[in-house]
Amino acid sequence: MAAAAALGAVAPTGALWGLVQDFVMGQQEGPADQVTADVKSGNYTVLQVVEALGSSLENPEPRTRARGIQLLSQVLLQCHSLLLEKEVVHLILFYENRLKDHHLVIPSVLQGLRALSLCVALPPGLAVSVLKAIFQEVHVQSLPQVDRHTVYSIITNFMRTREEELKGLGADFTFGFIQVMDGEKDPRNLLVAFRIVHDLISRDYSLGPFVEELFEVTSCYFPIDFTPPPNDPHGIQREDLILSLRAVLASTPRFAEFLLPLLIEKVDSEILSAKLDSLQTLNACCAVYGQKELKDFLPSLWASIRREVFQTASERVEAEGLAALNSLTACLSRSVLRADAEDLLDSFLSNILQDCRHHLCEPDMKLVWPSAKLLQAAAGASARACDHITSNVLPLLLEQFHKHSQSNQRRTILEMILGFLKLQQKWSYEDKDERPLSGFKDQLCSLVFMALTDPSTQLQLVGIRTLTVLGAQPDLLSSGDLELAVGHLYRLSFLEEDSQSWVAALEASGTLATLYPAAFSSHLVPKLVEELCIEESDLARGDGPTKCSRHRRCLQALSAISTHASIVKETLPLLLQHLCQMNKGNTVAGTSEVIAVCQSLQQVAEKCQQDPESCWYFHQTAIPCLLALAVQASMPEKEHSVLKKVLLQDEVLAAMVSVIGTATTHLSPDLAAQSVAHIVPLFLDGNISFLPENSFPGRFQPFQDGSSGQRRLVALLMAFVCSLPRNVEIPQLNQLMRELLELSCCHGCPFSSTAAAKCFAGLLNKHPAGQQLDEFLQLAVDKVEAGLSSGPYRSQAFTLLLWVTKALVLRYHPLSSCLTDRLMGLLSDPELGPAAADGFSLLMSDCTDVLTRAGHAEVRIMFRQRFFTDNVPALVRGFHAAPRDVKPNYLKGLSHVLNRLPKPVLLPELPTLLSLLLEALSCPDSVVQLSTLSCLQPLLLEAPQVMSLHVDTLVTKFLNLSSSPSMAVRIAALQCMHAVTHLPTPVLLPYKLQVIRALAKPLDDKKRLVRKEAVSARGEWFLLGSPGS
Amino acid sequence: MVGGGGMGGGLLENANPLIYERSGERPVTAGEEDEQVPDSIDAREIFDIRRCWARAGWRGPGRGSESPFLHLPHLIRSINDPEHPLTLEELNVVEQVRVQVSDPESTVAVAFTPTIPHCSMATLIGLSIKVKLLRSLPQRFKLDVHITPGTHASEHAVNKQLADKERVAAALENTHLLEVVNQCLSARS
Repeated sequence: MAAAAALGAVAPTGALWGLVQDFVMGQQEGPADQVTADVKSGNYTVLQVVEALGSSLENPEPRTRARGIQLLSQVLLQCHSLLLEKEVVHLILFYENRLKDHHLVIPSVLQGLRALSLCVALPPGLAVSVLKAIFQEVHVQSLPQVDRHTVYSIITNFMRTREEELKGLGADFTFGFIQVMDGEKDPRNLLVAFRIVHDLISRDYSLGPFVEELFEVTSCYFPIDFTPPPNDPHGIQREDLILSLRAVLASTPRFAEFLLPLLIEKVDSEILSAKLDSLQTLNACCAVYGQKELKDFLPSLWASIRREVFQTASERVEAEGLAALNSLTACLSRSVLRADAEDLLDSFLSNILQDCRHHLCEPDMKLVWPSAKLLQAAAGASARACDHITSNVLPLLLEQFHKHSQSNQRRTILEMILGFLKLQQKWSYEDKDERPLSGFKDQLCSLVFMALTDPSTQLQLVGIRTLTVLGAQPDLLSSGDLELAVGHLYRLSFLEEDSQSWVAALEASGTLATLYPAAFSSHLVPKLVEELCIEESDLARGDGPTKCSRHRRCLQALSAISTHASIVKETLPLLLQHLCQMNKGNTVAGTSEVIAVCQSLQQVAEKCQQDPESCWYFHQTAIPCLLALAVQASMPEKEHSVLKKVLLQDEVLAAMVSVIGTATTHLSPDLAAQSVAHIVPLFLDGNISFLPENSFPGRFQPFQDGSSGQRRLVALLMAFVCSLPRNVEIPQLNQLMRELLELSCCHGCPFSSTAAAKCFAGLLNKHPAGQQLDEFLQLAVDKVEAGLSSGPYRSQAFTLLLWVTKALVLRYHPLSSCLTDRLMGLLSDPELGPAAADGFSLLMSDCTDVLTRAGHAEVRIMFRQRFFTDNVPALVRGFHAAPRDVKPNYLKGLSHVLNRLPKPVLLPELPTLLSLLLEALSCPDSVVQLSTLSCLQPLLLEAPQVMSLHVDTLVTKFLNLSSSPSMAVRIAALQCMHAVTHLPTPVLLPYKLQVIRALAKPLDDKKRLVRKEAVSARGEWFLLGSPGS
Repeated sequence: MVGGGGMGGGLLENANPLIYERSGERPVTAGEEDEQVPDSIDAREIFDIRRCWARAGWRGPGRGSESPFLHLPHLIRSINDPEHPLTLEELNVVEQVRVQVSDPESTVAVAFTPTIPHCSMATLIGLSIKVKLLRSLPQRFKLDVHITPGTHASEHAVNKQLADKERVAAALENTHLLEVVNQCLSARS
């Protein structure tokens, strides 16, 4: 105790004495915290504590000494930052000395040293001396887990703060640590120990002659075989250990000579996890290895990987094998060689080729794909490898394609070629002549064209994909090739409906058109124009349906190739002109014709969205034209052109709405402002000056006394203003909102009043909070209330209420709850009740035209959850209070809310709704039935205990619903019948016979999808309680 | 996944199940979505019912180490190429053609091919198919499960057993046999 005594001699206060005595002799834990707190607050110094402990630290009884040191260590752990350098020196000397003490004392001593290892004031040299003392005096592996962990912590702490000093120890430190961790078994400690080894290597500590020992002491855990105990509080997973061990093993090339034989041995073992781990570790090693390390092992590594890919039944092993081969090849490609050294890459690749190429010649045999995958994995590693393999394999495959004549075999070969071509795209070649494909170009092209003309759809599809990949190679295809290719794509685009090729051909045309716009403009667009014109004159001659579908294809092809700005400049005018001609000419254009043109326009608009210039071009060109056509059609006229009627139909206007919306959402705010300055005055003031053909016989006044046709066009205004970016200011907004509100409650045309309500709601949703918004809201609420109270406008007022509510619910506006309550009140309205119930579906679903995120509406992500929490209790209360005849309305409203909610969110809430759901099963409405069944099905799987209380009701109702007239309900009911088998078997057995008999009936259902569910449900019920299930 | 993944679709035209992907889920057609149109029971549907069995059977009996039929999956595997074992499902791709159904006449005929001509499991496999179909088809159907002609040594005897209603019923009274059949049919194991 000389050390302690030397610290000084200030008389300790009586209270401290008492606390120390209570802890040491009285075996109470509380005083330790008290003492620590006092030291922290400065009431006592550490020195005083040592003095107070004085006699206990010297006590002959080891338990008492241990207790004394424990108190000191606990204080130090909390207060090590207060220590002075002089104190640290003395304490370290004391603790080092104590390491020689009785084994009971050691744990507390280690705790103390751990506290001191955290100490900033530790003078140089002491870290080394502490570690030396530990290595020398303590046999770590005979300590309990916690104390071993303490030792690792001490080492970790010193490595973090005293790296230079520890490195001064040289290889002794490494050796000391090897002895410390040798034989470690606890996963918690292993994680720390692996971390330390990793740092030893990566921070460049001297390993000296102990490389193999260090490898041995860690690699003995490979492959990790550890299953965490159930309810493991430490949460260490097998994967954690695997990854930290892998980090160690793959951290240095110096382990290579020991590790590679081990990995090969484990890949060759029978255990799947060992194979996977070894292949992944090999993969990781390749990041740091070079040719030198791999050289001797390449033949065995290749043999093992080849065997795994050729023979395994596990896709994961195959994938890991291929990944490892890829990294190996990359590693060999990367190494810098001395001039005289042999390049291992060439010999390695030659080996692979030798073992694989003959399999490629047998497209019927099972090794053809594994071989191709191996070659492709190697070729994907580097440009050099790719070059080497492709130049060997491509001629072979080209030859094989011609040797085999069956479409099946040709398809397999072409698929392989495609794989190799795709790999080329990974590498860019500076010099045109160096590109390995240029030599094969002609052969490849003729082969692809053969595939495109083959009768087999499968071969055509691969051909189309290959053509796309060839096209993506810079400067490969000549203009002649392209002309031919475009010709083939044109032909394929007009194949019959059931072939998948035409879809693929259109897609390929789109991709290639971005790269070769000129080829498509000059070779494809004229042909399509011709095709469209022929149709015009021929349509009258009544070659009906086939011509019609060729016509559609033509429109689809035009939109498909509009992927490049220069092509859009040709296709868009074509499409618009086509639409105008339908208008002018006296051909009979059906609704579906016009809609098809609009759909094509919409697709072109979508393709233009990403490029601001095309986007503006489209907007500027298409929208005035469409508006002009529509305005023209809405003019009162004596001779009624058929198309004019067609243009004003609901579906056609809806198609135009989506064109206008798509063409507007991506506009930049200043361009949008230009456009809005034309379009709003058009609708409010009838200012038609910006329309291309504006000599109309009458005025355009949709909001004033215009005809009902003109009012319908408000839908187009809605499409435009509701898609504008939020920061675009809308001129005459106040007037516009008032007009919209007026129109929304206008009698006679539900289409235009709904469009006005939607437009109003869309603007409301985006309007910034403030006085003006409040005014608009007040106006709307007044309008709704006035409408709802009186007779003729009730349903229009209800529609307005619904849309305004939706606009506010989406943006979490405070008034939304008030409006929702109003809506809920209408559920018991005899006239509007059913509509109100359906309204909940609208509130919860995503619209396509207004209030969309794409259209810049303010949509909060959790609005559905929030709506659910805010309103479902009220719905449930309303249901219980409602008179019998309107109860279904509440159930239906509730069903809509539940249906739209994500199932994981819904699940915890469902048990509270269970009684209601069971009641809803008896509701005659099939929407309610379906939604209830879809809520109950996951509950049966997740909460079988709760559900088993209601087994009688459930089984009876499900069986009843399995003969519902609605197919969807039958399917859902049978799925629930299947899910019921997850309830505890004893509960179900009394029903088994009855259910099996009842389920025989849906086995003969007229719909296959129903029969399928019946088969699986009945099969499960048969197995209940049977032997062997 | 390089290459192989794009090879789907060729269900009937391909005679080489080693290369082509398994058939996957039957796509749902527009007619099947339509409430009004009745869909008649076709070969693919029976095949799908059988396929369920094949999937389960592959794992089923192999699980219970006490089962006397432990060697069943082993047997099936052993006749295939040990390098790249086929799953039962892939084998069955070729066998859909051996299912004959007539919905209006309410008949189903299924031929199965035992793995080797002396396969001792033939009766058991046949029984499992039969039981699965009995459980999955409307009662109006007349079932005929038999061995593909010329593929088994005691073809006739096995066919006779499978056709005998009473013997099938008696076999299913046998708890032990029922256990094995159920193991084959249990999709959960």
